[in-house]
Amino acid sequence: MAQTVFAPWNDPKEKPLIEFVNVTKRFGDFTAIDNLSQKIYAKEFFALLGPSGCGKTTMMRMLGGFETPTSGKILLAGQDIGAVPPNKRAVNMMFQSYALFPHISVWENIAFGLKREGMAKVKIAARVDEMLRLTRLEKFSGRKPHQISGGQRQRVALARSLAKAPKLLLLDEPLGALDKKLRQETQFELMDIQESTGTTFVIVTHDQEEAMTVASRVAVMDHGKIVQVATPDVIYEAPNSVYVADFIGDVNLIEGTAKARKTSNTTKQLAAQPIAEPEVSPKPEPSSDRKPQPNERGEWLHDKLLEPVLGKRAAVQKTVATAPISETATSVAPAPKPSDLPDGGLEIAWLDNGKPLIASNADPSLDGAKVVLALRPEKLSISTEEPDAANVLRGKVIDIAYLGNISTYYVQLETGTMVKAQIANTRRVSRRDITWEDQVWLSFRATAGVVLEQEA
Amino acid sequence: MRRFSWFNVTSLTLGFAFLYLPMIILVVYSFNSSRLVTVWAGFSTKWYGELLQNEDFLQAAWVTIKVAFFASSIATVLGTMAAYVLVRGGRFHGRTLFSGMIYAPLVMPEVITGLSLLLLFIGIGLDRGILTVILAHTTFAMCYVSVVVSSRLISFDRSLEEAALDLGCSPFEAFRLVTLPIIAPAVISGWLLAFTLSLDDLVIASFTTGPGATTLPIKVFSAVRLGVSPEINALSTIMIGIVTIGVITTSLISKRSAIKQAREERAADRST
Repeated sequence: MAQTVFAPWNDPKEKPLIEFVNVTKRFGDFTAIDNLSQKIYAKEFFALLGPSGCGKTTMMRMLGGFETPTSGKILLAGQDIGAVPPNKRAVNMMFQSYALFPHISVWENIAFGLKREGMAKVKIAARVDEMLRLTRLEKFSGRKPHQISGGQRQRVALARSLAKAPKLLLLDEPLGALDKKLRQETQFELMDIQESTGTTFVIVTHDQEEAMTVASRVAVMDHGKIVQVATPDVIYEAPNSVYVADFIGDVNLIEGTAKARKTSNTTKQLAAQPIAEPEVSPKPEPSSDRKPQPNERGEWLHDKLLEPVLGKRAAVQKTVATAPISETATSVAPAPKPSDLPDGGLEIAWLDNGKPLIASNADPSLDGAKVVLALRPEKLSISTEEPDAANVLRGKVIDIAYLGNISTYYVQLETGTMVKAQIANTRRVSRRDITWEDQVWLSFRATAGVVLEQEA
Repeated sequence: MRRFSWFNVTSLTLGFAFLYLPMIILVVYSFNSSRLVTVWAGFSTKWYGELLQNEDFLQAAWVTIKVAFFASSIATVLGTMAAYVLVRGGRFHGRTLFSGMIYAPLVMPEVITGLSLLLLFIGIGLDRGILTVILAHTTFAMCYVSVVVSSRLISFDRSLEEAALDLGCSPFEAFRLVTLPIIAPAVISGWLLAFTLSLDDLVIASFTTGPGATTLPIKVFSAVRLGVSPEINALSTIMIGIVTIGVITTSLISKRSAIKQAREERAADRST
């Protein structure tokens, strides 16, 4: 039923194109990759995201054949490629520096790999011309790499690495050298090319916005391990750890102690309600084959966190991307009344004064644990009068960052904690009623945050 | 604002005079029509003409050019290989020792290099002649080549080689098709440097030479012991000319390619 949704990672029958099996890579004493296992499927746009030194580049270089794993296996289409040298792999790489050969023309650069294959001259010419068209470089084919601009060089590098029609294309910080405007344009170009060629892309980046934009799935890495792999929206809305929540986007982290909330019979209804839902839900639009879908972990998280609010996944599938947005949109409006408050979840006692925070979507089994409530700034509402909401905090505006499309308010609570609230500037004249030193009320829904276990 | 103070002008003049006055005198007297070296008797190019009649000198010049050509070519191949291994080889056991040993001949007194080579050739029973001079010159020219080439390789973007491998080159193809064309200017500079060094070497050549392999510097040196003749002046002038052209060409090759690249990059940035 969900065939049109591109989510091979949810299909147990699907064979992965690449499989890391317990791969470890050490450089002397330093462990770059630590017993890592991961599957990547054909036609995926898979992003490896993490701070420098997290092992993402090593992982990519192992796929390219420039490093060999210390232990474990890397399978490409079922075959162990650990010991295969780079020139014998159906894998091509686009280098961060582009690595264009400066002594030959753009045309020759793109033809380079094809010539090594011993392809017939006519075929080479046809293929190179096709690549030039794909990357809109026809006019520059005769130029040397230093005679074209940065953006054009980037496209030559892409054309060259795609020319051999690899099973897998590796992109090492491909857009790092471009300025912001050009980078955004190129991101969409990359996605278009990825879709039209049907090639599997693995991209390494430290730019989370880039990873979120282009990727079908994002793997957040830290210290040689993959911390979370999920579609961009799950990574953002349902991070599985404080590390991921903090690494991706802006977040308020409120520490406290969890206490299970009383569950009344309404919880049963909540649990029962979604079962009836999926059958009547409309099928996902066929055009949305790129629409991300969570993996097992994401699904588990979804069941734990989002289901009470959004209903069961089948119903969500068509709105996975829009669900968070709708929530964001309403956050500008006053938060819901306590009467809307769903039962269950946790209460979080924090800084031992004031009301506990309510997170109705949290896992009650965390009862008694030290937890962190991760709250995206755009999920908070700000107002000058006390709102009627599940969670209300009182504080003083310390700073306002006006970014044009949004404004971020830095509010210091009475307890001293700083909390960021982000408001979309939907009107041309910004809200002048809230300014520095103002006493304000912050409010958020009982389902706005994600409760995570505190990391040791 | 005066850019040159009296002090600067004086030291500059003295310095250049110290370096170039002897050579200027030599060049001037090579056009002297008198047989006496120190007495000016009018302009003449007759010594150049006589030089061309002198079989001995021509023979020595031919030997020198042969030696310089072969020695610098072998030194370029070996020196480039050594530089490549030292820069690209990563950390292997004895790397520091190797690089030290490559550069040692740069500071080694020529007398010692020459003497030790002589002993080696005698020891292995190699008849001294043009071959031994070529071998000796290869030895000391090689380290100059490897210095020039390795400084270029250090600034060479390694990912270019990786890209070549990635696109299906064997490591040797990657070197031949990508690395070598890009470092070619440095290799050519190294060759020219080796050529000029071999051309004017006297000490090592005189230790390792044998019958029938008298190089020009040896010839000049022995001729001078019998008295300086204007012919020698003419010959030396020609050698100065060749060496100067060699050095200027070497620096021009590297400089022009850098300037050309910078200009084209600017043009590329403007056009977008």
